[in-house]
Amino acid sequence: MPETPIRIALVGNPNAGKSTLFNALSGLRQHVANYPGVTVEMKTGRFRHADRDYEVIDLPGTYSLAPRSPDEMVAVDLLLGRRKGEAKPDLIVAVVDASNLDRHLYLTTQLLELGLPVAIAVTMIDSAATRGIVVDAVKLAIGLKVPIVPVNVPAGLGIVELKAAIANAHGQPAPCGPVFPADVATEAQSLQAKLGPTVPAFLVQRLLFDVGGQTERELLAAGKPELAFDLAAARQRLEATHGPALEARIRYGWIRKATVAAVTKPKTRPVTLSDKLDRVLTHRIWGTLIFFVVMFLMFQSIFVWATPLMDLIDAGFTWFAEVVQGSMPPGALRSLITDGIIKGVGSVVIFLPQILILFGFIAVLEDCGYMARAAYLMDKIMRRCGLNGKSFIPLLSSTACAVPGIMATRVIENRRDRLATIVVAPLMSCSARLPVYALFIGTFLSDGFAWWVPGLTLFAMYMVGFLTAPITALILKRTLLRGETPLFLMELPNFKRPSLRAVLIRMLDAGRAFLVRAGTMILASMIVIWALLYFPTSQSPKLSYPEQIERIAAEIDAVPEGAEADEAKKAFEAQRDQLTGDWKRNSYLGRVGRALEPAFVPLGWDWKIGMAALASFPAREVLVGTFGIIYDVGDVDAGAIGDPKDDKANGLRASLQSEWQRDPVRGPYAVATAFSIMIFFALCCQCVSTLAVIRRETRSWSWPIFTFTYMTVLAYLGAWATYQLGKLWIDTMN
Amino acid sequence: MTLDQLPVGFSAVVLSVAGNATLAQRLAEQGLFPGEMIEHFGTAPLGDPLEIVVGGTHLSLRKADAALIHVQPASSSDPS
Repeated sequence: MPETPIRIALVGNPNAGKSTLFNALSGLRQHVANYPGVTVEMKTGRFRHADRDYEVIDLPGTYSLAPRSPDEMVAVDLLLGRRKGEAKPDLIVAVVDASNLDRHLYLTTQLLELGLPVAIAVTMIDSAATRGIVVDAVKLAIGLKVPIVPVNVPAGLGIVELKAAIANAHGQPAPCGPVFPADVATEAQSLQAKLGPTVPAFLVQRLLFDVGGQTERELLAAGKPELAFDLAAARQRLEATHGPALEARIRYGWIRKATVAAVTKPKTRPVTLSDKLDRVLTHRIWGTLIFFVVMFLMFQSIFVWATPLMDLIDAGFTWFAEVVQGSMPPGALRSLITDGIIKGVGSVVIFLPQILILFGFIAVLEDCGYMARAAYLMDKIMRRCGLNGKSFIPLLSSTACAVPGIMATRVIENRRDRLATIVVAPLMSCSARLPVYALFIGTFLSDGFAWWVPGLTLFAMYMVGFLTAPITALILKRTLLRGETPLFLMELPNFKRPSLRAVLIRMLDAGRAFLVRAGTMILASMIVIWALLYFPTSQSPKLSYPEQIERIAAEIDAVPEGAEADEAKKAFEAQRDQLTGDWKRNSYLGRVGRALEPAFVPLGWDWKIGMAALASFPAREVLVGTFGIIYDVGDVDAGAIGDPKDDKANGLRASLQSEWQRDPVRGPYAVATAFSIMIFFALCCQCVSTLAVIRRETRSWSWPIFTFTYMTVLAYLGAWATYQLGKLWIDTMN
Repeated sequence: MTLDQLPVGFSAVVLSVAGNATLAQRLAEQGLFPGEMIEHFGTAPLGDPLEIVVGGTHLSLRKADAALIHVQPASSSDPS
């Protein structure tokens, strides 16, 4: 039987170099562990040292073990062995940054009280030295009475020594931390007696110190009502005797005493390169300018660099579908594989370039320290809509695609701000809306209009998102997500060179998380929509639609090459498109569209438009292809809609124009209908990928359902108002 | 005076932190509690938030929160 690995918890402040150290310890043998109900993710990795197996748990970066939210409580519970099915760690490795030792050791002093052996990894000794801070590891170990290992991951130094120190520390008695005044222990003991022996002493101390914290919420809810009174009285007695910030004064006092011999600091803080960079990057003019350049580059790269890769993926899947099409007998199974599964998988994979590029950018910006500056610069603007500076980048990247944008909200620690950002991100006008806008602007707002009308309309459509998103966020923060304004206390870390390895791992994690967790839901919905459009396959006992279409396809192939053959080919193709249109119009989805027609009428839509909108539930751009099919011009490629030379796109435009003009009721209001559709698609959440990612990031079904519902209601009302106003205006003009 | 009134480039000693207990505790964890030195490093281009330095850590703090921190100005740390 293999022995169980020794469990190590890796704990440190954000920016301590914890992730880099984790990657160095565990290599690529890592996996992500999820916790139900909370949005934290913890990675675990493994390594072997001196014939023993070790398991490392990478805890989320934190400044203290005073939990303020369920998310922060997960880490504390894990360290105390209070999580079901998870053994208490055998040992803690605290990661501390030498250039800011006091602040980093604050967390360490709390770790010393958990009753577990502790080893300390000191990072950035070199960069501390450049600012005149010299740390003597041997003297530090003597002062703190804890094993100390200096590590320098980029140079590959200290990893082996750290592993050896871990092996030595395992099984050793727990070290001693700061000693609190005797009355703290007395108060804690009397609270402990009321709570019972099952509550760890560490949590009783947290209960005493953390006013309004998560420990208080959990223990008071479980305890007797008079406990709240006893707790308040105990806190009052301690405050009266010792004054404010007792915990911080004791801990920092202890740290300064323990490190005084080991650390030499310059008398005055020297002006470092990082400080000088900070001056430029947060400068009124230069800082703002550089910020816009960085944002533009990021934005441009998601759009431009991702496009060729996305085209390649698209072409690859189309080719694959054709190969399968050619090598299988016709029928429902072939259609399921080519139109359902291969298209479905393709529609998932197509997001990867954007996700990888955005996360590459975010990882670099975060690792080098610029991310916090971006949030610092934008905080005042974002606060106007009830959010904070950290919401800016997720919302901006949602303009390319909401999927990576929503994943990028992980940088927002405050739960309410993060949820508000997630819920409004899909309102930002993403690139999938572009084919829809292009189709209707090209069809109804180009010929016979002034040259600036198409451009202005497109701009207006983008503005719909830019304006609705912040207003919605503000409303949400005032209603559903109301709460006191969170303290925006953010560390502005020293600038440093980003680690390529860390960046690559971040990109891979993001890609994998999307494929595995969101991909399945996207694929499932694609298959459902496929089935609703495929069945029933016939109206009468005659030949089924797919079989008839197959027969025509064979005839098209049989047409010999030549000038007049083209005519025959075109006739067959028209017949095929007509048949496909009949089939889809009679499909279950078509029937649903027809049944729902009364609901579409106030928007200026007929059942065909409604059916196309329903079919585009998996993704907005599907609307274009569906329109092509139900208007009998065949499947139109959403990417080709802006191309004036594309026959199918031109055919679709012509047939939309003529069909809408012929309509006796809607005929004169074609432009109003076009606007109504565009507004609908600007505001709706017809995107399974977005919903799947919201589900994944919030770990709940209620947020995706809420997002879909409010956006659909908003879209419907917006489309209704647009059509009615447009109609009124056209009537007045005539 | 309160921290939001401290001119850029000046240092001060923290006298007291008003406001709710969570704010005081989070600031204390970062080393910002009565008796400690604090420097007003800069202000964001839009005038808010502030960038402060506490014991070598650069922190961003909104003006509204800084107004809850009472300080005693010490000296200009940056004579330039």
